[in-house]
Amino acid sequence: MSKHARIPFALAALAAMAAAPAQAQQAAPAVKLGIVSFLTGPAAAPFGIPGRNGAEILIEELNAGKGPAPFNKVGFGGSKVEAKYVDEAGSAANTVTEFRNLVQRDKVDAVVGYVSSGNCLAVAPVADELKALTVFYDCGTPRIFEEKARAYVFRVSPHATMDNVGAAHYVRDKFPKLTSYSGINQNYAWGQDSWRDFVGAMNVLMPKAKADKVLFPKLFAGEYGAEISTLLTSKSKVLHTSFFDGDLEAFTYQEQARGLDKRMTIVMTTGEAAITRLKDKLPNGTIIGGRGENGWLAENTPIAKWFAKIYSDRYGIPPSYPASQMAQSILGLKLAYEKAQKGNDKPSTEDIAASFKGIEFTGPAGHVKMTLGDGHQGVTGTAYATYRYNKKTGQPELVDVKRYAAECVNPPPGVNADDWLKDGMKGAKCN
Amino acid sequence: MLTAFAILTDGLVYAAYLFIVAIGLTLIFGVMKILNVTHGSFYAFGAYGAATAVGIYAESGLPAAVGFLFMVGLAMAIGLVLGIVLERGLLRLVYGRDEVVVVLVTYAAFLILEDVIVLIWGPRSYGAWQPMVAAGSIDIGDLTLSNYDIILVLIAAGLAALSYWALRFTRYGRLLTAVIFDRETAAAFGVNVTMIYTATFLIGAMLGTLGGAVMAPKISVTLGIGVEVIVLAFAVVAIGGMGSVEGALIGALIVGICRAAAVHLVPQIELFVIYGVMALVLVVRPHGLFVRAQPRKI
Repeated sequence: MSKHARIPFALAALAAMAAAPAQAQQAAPAVKLGIVSFLTGPAAAPFGIPGRNGAEILIEELNAGKGPAPFNKVGFGGSKVEAKYVDEAGSAANTVTEFRNLVQRDKVDAVVGYVSSGNCLAVAPVADELKALTVFYDCGTPRIFEEKARAYVFRVSPHATMDNVGAAHYVRDKFPKLTSYSGINQNYAWGQDSWRDFVGAMNVLMPKAKADKVLFPKLFAGEYGAEISTLLTSKSKVLHTSFFDGDLEAFTYQEQARGLDKRMTIVMTTGEAAITRLKDKLPNGTIIGGRGENGWLAENTPIAKWFAKIYSDRYGIPPSYPASQMAQSILGLKLAYEKAQKGNDKPSTEDIAASFKGIEFTGPAGHVKMTLGDGHQGVTGTAYATYRYNKKTGQPELVDVKRYAAECVNPPPGVNADDWLKDGMKGAKCN
Repeated sequence: MLTAFAILTDGLVYAAYLFIVAIGLTLIFGVMKILNVTHGSFYAFGAYGAATAVGIYAESGLPAAVGFLFMVGLAMAIGLVLGIVLERGLLRLVYGRDEVVVVLVTYAAFLILEDVIVLIWGPRSYGAWQPMVAAGSIDIGDLTLSNYDIILVLIAAGLAALSYWALRFTRYGRLLTAVIFDRETAAAFGVNVTMIYTATFLIGAMLGTLGGAVMAPKISVTLGIGVEVIVLAFAVVAIGGMGSVEGALIGALIVGICRAAAVHLVPQIELFVIYGVMALVLVVRPHGLFVRAQPRKI
């Protein structure tokens, strides 16, 4: 290329360089979100991937300004949202390291994520230490806000006590003369807490019913022959399980081969996440929970229908509860951000946290009120239903849906979940 | 009486599962002195392969028995290919290195293969339940047993008998035994140790994928299944003695029965039982139940 021929290129480059700052001045700075969820490992398929997908499609729609009111501002307060997706797999120490990387290296404005309660417990103090706005989307342990007040940590999704209190209500409604029930739950915090809360609620709601077989197989054990035999020897009419993912599916396959569901009704507190995959392999009559009014158990509200549509259009299946919880968490953060925003400037983390506290809104996972944990922990109503597989349509169906108000299945503000159950669920307002 | 019968049957079924997943691991260790962490990957690939095969046969409407054979055949073919790639492409490069180095190499391969699974099958889980449903169930008193579990016990018994016969009554088995006892002496007598290594690794890999294939109908085939299996298989092999097939069988039976008894009688200690038994055996016999004391070479 001759010297003369290079001149037009040089001029074009100069023009582009001159134009770039002007464009940058016009565009509002992007809001950077770290989205953390299991992208690999056993919890990826049922929780992590639906959660990630829920974030992906929601952020796309918000950036396009297609969200329904009051979520119809582009992105967050007019700024496009940029998401960085991080795998939650690995040890709690690794999760904390990745969290620090997101905050300190990638300079994200907020982190939304975490399925594992262990990871939430590990991340919460670090989030406060780094003054990093963090919204937990799926982990269920009540301990996050009960053990210590948090300044920068929020959880829109209700904690796990609600799931098991809701299950106990549904069992009482369906089996008023129940005398014996059993439980099979994974032998770690989630399974043990779930069983403790279920028994606590049953002691209050159905004091004459007694727990018979209480089984805690190892997490991801995969083989449940002995447990199923033990349950086959029980006279219980109801079996409580908070199994999820591969454990839930493996148990379902194995128990059906041995007819356990013909002898007792199984209450699956997280069964909603397995409906789409199991279809006709999930026994008819199984009682299904979805950690709130999420996914298949969502109320027929415009926002729930909108989210179900954009999700199914993209991924070909309806959103399960982790997807709804993720969407609910991001929408809560968006509202808090926009509430804190003055003009078009980015609000400070402190301002967003202040406006997030005690916020109330309706999202794809129902109406949430941030009333627990000094305004950092949300409560919603919950729903349980009975599963039926419609052979004609080839589609799952949930019948006998019962909804329980937030004030019925959650402890009142200032009361720990465990104390609330031990004190006979005082203050519960049920219809 | 019912509980005792349930403990026996549950123990046998669990022992069958443990033996099927442990036999390949112990065989490879016995011959090659490699604690092969990729055995968990073989199991996972076998399970995913079986789930794929079940999907194909379920659509084709073939009889269940044909489908089961197709499932096992495809999984073992995957094991053969994986075994060749790993042994020829990787492990032969580290033969003779420190055992810890070799373990780390197999661990690295295991992590890579976990990602290969995501690349091939994606992050979703798969069900391969059709063979178990087709097998039906049988009622014995108040207890309903799955016929598929009985088939599993028969497969494990068949594998135990086959390995006993192959090791004692075939030429390859005798060569293998010679290499297990003393590799250098076997080589000095003209045994092609390299060929024995390759053949053993391929058989071990196919046994690993067979384990995954026959378990696939009972489990949800999902990411991470190989991790659980390698820990369990290691416990069984450590109890029986590293490298001993009969040790793996006895170790599986001990663990299976003890675990079933714990679940029925004291469910709180179920998690502890497997490793409690392992610790107890290793305190009394540090090299496991079926490993003879080795003279130290100088």
